[in-house]
Amino acid sequence: MKILVCISHVPDTTSKINFTEGDTKFDSNGVQFVINPNDEFGLTRAMWFKEKQGANVTVANVGGPETEPTLRKALAIGADAAIRVNTAANDGFQVANELAQVVNDGGYDLVIAGRESIDYNGGMVPGMLAALTNANFVANCIGLEIDGTNANAVREIDGGKETVSTTLPLVIAGQKGLVEESDLRIPNMRGIMMARQKPLTVLEPKGAAEETSSVKFEKPVPKGAVTLVSPDNLDELVNLLHNEAKVI
Amino acid sequence: MSVLVYTESDNGTFKKVALEVASYGKAVADQLGTTLTAVTINAKDTSILGNHGVDKVLNVTNSKLETFNANAYAEVIKQAAEKEGTKVIIVSSSADSKYLAPLLAVGLNAGYASNVVEAPSSTSPFTVKRTAFTNKAFNITSIDTDVKLIGLSKNAFGLKEHSASATVEDFSPSIPDNGVHVDAVDKVTGKVTIADAEIVVSGGRGLKGPENWGMLEELAQVLGAATACSKPVSDLGWRPHSEHVGQTGKPVASNLYIAIGISGAIQHLAGINASKVKVVINTDPEAPFFKAADYGVVGDAFEVVPKLTEKLKAFKAQQ
Ligand SMILES: Cc1cc2nc3c(=O)[nH]c(=O)nc-3n(C[C@H](O)[C@H](O)[C@H](O)COP(=O)(O)OP(=O)(O)OC[C@H]3O[C@@H](n4cnc5c(N)ncnc54)[C@H](O)[C@@H]3O)c2cc1C
Repeated sequence: MKILVCISHVPDTTSKINFTEGDTKFDSNGVQFVINPNDEFGLTRAMWFKEKQGANVTVANVGGPETEPTLRKALAIGADAAIRVNTAANDGFQVANELAQVVNDGGYDLVIAGRESIDYNGGMVPGMLAALTNANFVANCIGLEIDGTNANAVREIDGGKETVSTTLPLVIAGQKGLVEESDLRIPNMRGIMMARQKPLTVLEPKGAAEETSSVKFEKPVPKGAVTLVSPDNLDELVNLLHNEAKVI
Repeated sequence: MSVLVYTESDNGTFKKVALEVASYGKAVADQLGTTLTAVTINAKDTSILGNHGVDKVLNVTNSKLETFNANAYAEVIKQAAEKEGTKVIIVSSSADSKYLAPLLAVGLNAGYASNVVEAPSSTSPFTVKRTAFTNKAFNITSIDTDVKLIGLSKNAFGLKEHSASATVEDFSPSIPDNGVHVDAVDKVTGKVTIADAEIVVSGGRGLKGPENWGMLEELAQVLGAATACSKPVSDLGWRPHSEHVGQTGKPVASNLYIAIGISGAIQHLAGINASKVKVVINTDPEAPFFKAADYGVVGDAFEVVPKLTEKLKAFKAQQ
């Protein structure tokens, strides 16, 4: 089985979010970038398929050279090879199209992406990629087993979960639950050394069209100070929630 | 040319998000000087849609669509859009709508903007405001394609009433074969889900252990609220993963979010910030949550929560 894990390169969750160039660009100054958390769960599940079922695992990212440390980290965790499509990721459709080319050329059976990236939160790429490559698609995937060309997956739904069966080729949008938090791996020295020998192929983009464009960013309006209520005067809290906030 | 909304139902009854997309769709239709069509799938009674601005309902009834299937549902909406010659399609941010939207976008060659929070600031270019960086910022996005798809954030635009009635037309699109089969659905019944809840009561590591969740559940019950928790609480197995909220868990966009024994780490706040009113109960006045909250009680949850529940019971009894 050939697996492609799509890796988004995103600001660390604790990053301060600022913008430059008249609020049109994300300010990456001093920001540490990491593997998108949802993708990390997927990568870890892919490692399981590699170790238990002999799958071959490639990771891919659409982005500039600055994303390579993130791909190297995925190699250090255990992926066999990495692909970077050398173009800025500007829009979900464009990224899905570039990845579709990688999937079609590489003949992958299973594509594991993340539910959403934590920077633009689009939640578009996995579904679009499935549609563009005529693969089956399971979103919010919290469990996945593969047997030959059959797949059983668990999807989180509002208020519960759903068990589904489908076949390869398959794209999933994964998240926590696909593996446990405690299963996530931190690259060790040996992994980091080995990653240096593994292939990281840079592909030129096919130049996919974009369908949306970012005009500018805005920050939320800073909020007012908290109204403190004494623990001995909870009637006041009930009163405030009812008469002032009007939420109960 | 009409604007099309997908108004989703659960067991035949419209979800609140369906009425939100209808209200939003009406605002967009007014901006464009056109009418609003809603497509429904196995809904029992569509009369309420007129009250939220829908002019025409395309009513799909088909036993093949009894369980949700993203591909099939996307195909139904696509055919409805083609029939109406629609240029703007709006869906909600429910798990199901987020699942089908990217498939629909490809099917219609539509540019797609998700997590949209306001009516378009301009219709030419077509410009919308969406959340980014998990609610730490907004992005103003223009959708540059002829056909446009909008995913509306929950509880962002609100419900707008219009006194009108919609015409109803039966619609029978062709349903494709599905590559994904639902074998079993395991849904908690009789409990408010985090996705649908108006009020969410959430507990953190400050509650010390799973045995102490009784008081939180009681508070939630009095308020008709859903229960949620911080990430370490689900990692420790005190509560199920499905209750984990925050940047890497479920997003919350409720009217009221009550955080009990939660410090207010940036990853937690990011995921719940879209909630309208936030209350924090924490022993530590320095806890970062106090900077994000509207109302705060500095105190021990083990004393405050049962007392608050009593006060709320008394309040509810008076209502
Ligand atoms: C990549 C990444 C992603 C993450 N994603 C998420 C996420 O999605 N969601 C999330 O929640 N976290 C997330 N986190 C974790 C986050 O950083 C915090 O560790 C976590 O939110 C803290 O949980 P907590 O507030 O329950 O616990 P703590 O930080 O331990 O806070 C417990 C609080 O309880 C208070 N307390 C103690 N006793 C009492 C009492 N008797 N009464 C009242 N208050 C009391 C304390 O004063 C303290 O403020 C993420 C972290 C990382 C690195």
